[in-house]
Amino acid sequence: MSDAESPSDEFEPIEVFPDDETPDLRPGADDCYKCSTCDTNCPVAEVDDDFPGPKFQGPEQWRLKRKEDTSVDDSISKCSNCMRCDSACPSDVPLSQMHNTARAEYVDEELSKTSLTYWRNRVLANYRTSAFLASKVPRVANAAMNFGPARWAMDRLFGITSEREFPAFATETFREWWEREGGADGSRERARAARERRGEEGEEKKVAYFHGCYANYNTPAVGKAMVRVFEHFGYELVVPKQRCSGTPMFANGMLDDAERHAKVNVSSMGDLVEQGYDAIASCTSCSMALRQEYPELFDIDGIEDLAENTWEALEYLRVQEDLSGELSAATVEDENIAELAYHAPCHARNQGLDGQALELFADLAGVDAEDVGDSCSGISGTYGWKSEKYDTSMKIGDEMFEHMEDVEGEVGMTECPTCAMQMEHGTGYEIKHPLEIVESALV
Amino acid sequence: MAIEDDVLVVGGGVAGMTAALAAAEAGASVRLVTKSQSTLRHASGLVDVLGYADGDLLADPFAALDDLPADHPYAKVGVEAVRDGLARFDAVTGERYRGGHTDRNALLPTHGGAVKPTARYPASAAAGLASDERDALLVGFETLSDFDAPLAADHLRAADVPFDVRGATVSFPGTPRADAKVTRYAHALDGNDDEERERLAARVARVHDGEPRVGFPAVLGEAHPGDVRATLADALDADVFEVPMGPPSLPGIRLEADYERALREAGVNVVRRPVVDYEADGEHLTAAVVERNGQHVPHHAESFVLATGGLVGEGIDSDRGGVREPVFDCHVPHPADRYDWFVDERFGEQPYPRFGVVVDDDLRPRDAEGRIEFENLRAAGSVVGGADFAAECSGMGVSLATGDAAGSAAGADTQ
Repeated sequence: MSDAESPSDEFEPIEVFPDDETPDLRPGADDCYKCSTCDTNCPVAEVDDDFPGPKFQGPEQWRLKRKEDTSVDDSISKCSNCMRCDSACPSDVPLSQMHNTARAEYVDEELSKTSLTYWRNRVLANYRTSAFLASKVPRVANAAMNFGPARWAMDRLFGITSEREFPAFATETFREWWEREGGADGSRERARAARERRGEEGEEKKVAYFHGCYANYNTPAVGKAMVRVFEHFGYELVVPKQRCSGTPMFANGMLDDAERHAKVNVSSMGDLVEQGYDAIASCTSCSMALRQEYPELFDIDGIEDLAENTWEALEYLRVQEDLSGELSAATVEDENIAELAYHAPCHARNQGLDGQALELFADLAGVDAEDVGDSCSGISGTYGWKSEKYDTSMKIGDEMFEHMEDVEGEVGMTECPTCAMQMEHGTGYEIKHPLEIVESALV
Repeated sequence: MAIEDDVLVVGGGVAGMTAALAAAEAGASVRLVTKSQSTLRHASGLVDVLGYADGDLLADPFAALDDLPADHPYAKVGVEAVRDGLARFDAVTGERYRGGHTDRNALLPTHGGAVKPTARYPASAAAGLASDERDALLVGFETLSDFDAPLAADHLRAADVPFDVRGATVSFPGTPRADAKVTRYAHALDGNDDEERERLAARVARVHDGEPRVGFPAVLGEAHPGDVRATLADALDADVFEVPMGPPSLPGIRLEADYERALREAGVNVVRRPVVDYEADGEHLTAAVVERNGQHVPHHAESFVLATGGLVGEGIDSDRGGVREPVFDCHVPHPADRYDWFVDERFGEQPYPRFGVVVDDDLRPRDAEGRIEFENLRAAGSVVGGADFAAECSGMGVSLATGDAAGSAAGADTQ
């Protein structure tokens, strides 16, 4: 102790983290020893030399912001939220969590709420709202959305690329089909019959299906495959009220929107989890959101329970049932899906699911699924839809397109709806979800 | 339940991947679970067996293996396991590695200008051997601050290498950003879209004074390193070599690709998530529990290999209260007083690097009383105690030897 001044009696601890609601990112920033391995795994930094990479966007930017006059650098909006840096890190730095919070802060504080970019991003992030409206008049919407002059205007004035075809809206949504099939009551009947057939009477098998927006509005075939496959194994499904998982909102820094939707999902799915249901998603970005991003970003009652009871569809069957056994005893007669070019979505990789589909189909007669490499597809949800990001998105996708062309046949397979969009856009291939292959094999 | 294999390897470094390949060769179905991407991107690409004993540089590591203490991993597995481990490495890397023609250590210059004893080295570094008496020019890039060529040359001269060496700095064609990642250089040279190779050679020619060999930081291509070197060598009329670098390292990335290819060809399934728990029936392990973003999924197997790394790789964990092995909770002996874990002399005989699980000659971890922890668990790599890999330069060799031995035994047990 120096003799210059005696210490005051009153102890005033420095408040390091004044706002309890923001996640404490200090330990994560401190864990980074700057090896730069994440930078060598970043698909955006790979094709865009101006993007400083995940190490800067995460720990370095966090540290810079400790200074009061420092704001979040606008390069954060170039991050596509593929989350590859998470599994690249040897030191468990929560990079994607840091990126998500930095992006939200950037949008809150730096991006003008009257700018076209803000509203363009907000419209893209709230895809569910557009899809909901379009699904009321699907045929009109499909015609209007791909009407040349309208697309030209959207590109020039609003920044949504005219290079891509808008995905078609289904004339009957998954939920409409589900109701027509008798909803939960119908499922209970069918599942009971299946359990009898399987000699599993008396067993309780119940799951809550999180279909997400895309399987509902655009590819109900994926949702139907999910229902049929799970009922084949004797599971009763319920399809609770749900909103967007939040994935496109995280990627656009719209955390308030994401939290509003998350509250609905955690409430409806969480109630079911409490009653003993497991939550199942067919989209790997939805399952990623429920499992990892929700508890990392929000403080909602029941959010941890939901995260711990959420599964990807095939992962669940593989662990709970003898899925590999049934598949290796089955044969697929459909020539159309005899050769499949499989792309593992980045978000599936981060759940340890990237090898799963290939492994499951290795012994399935009539199907030859081939991996198209470990590169990112490049679309990253809404990212590749932005006019200024389109070229980057396609450059990232190049490697995958090339490998797809090398595979015999012209059908692709992936778990992620937007990766599927990119695969189709780059090659013209028809794209299937692994659940649809399982449906062909077993149902 | 439905995720079931003969052998489950926990850990995706060199020891784990070697164990997986060995078990697969024995006929077992193998799954490898690793918490994140392989740490080979941290590896220089040099493969050491034993560089130093009692602080003395070794000419022949094999001659020194017999003198190691009984608790050293090499002493447990024996010299033949070291040879088997190297043979498996040679099979994985093929023509891309050199050094297998002799038992003796090669001496390779590092990016800091030190000289490192090593048993195998990338073909790309072969022309850089410090025992070669031909003069050398080292070339650095202005924007690549990790390699200061004049400084490295000064250090090499200070180390009394038997040749004259000089350093020069040039700007890389296209002038990348000041903090460009190393793969930016490698991919520019791979693609050669704007004739980067020829333009780089022209810039180097201006500072090249006829030295018969020219060294570059190890960023000369990821997919086509041989072609990149050949173009530069033709243009400069000199042998071209890479000087191994720190992380992220291109020789490490290439080695990672070699191992991934080998694992794929051997039919090993790889899962990238952490193992957080286990299930056992008494002393018989039945499953390793894999954490999947909140979900806990048991992965069943008949035989298990623990290859999670040491204190750096987090296979050995410590806090003020003690040191432990976090996956299977195997016994890790260490002094009760944490002030006895280290000595004050920085380069003194440090106790903590040798912390790790205690294994028998069959690499099965033993508890504090000397009993086998689990009858179907073996350990490999730096999770095994008894070696100070940094001081001895023995990290890769220990991983190869124990990985090969543990994987072969685990595989054989299931057949």
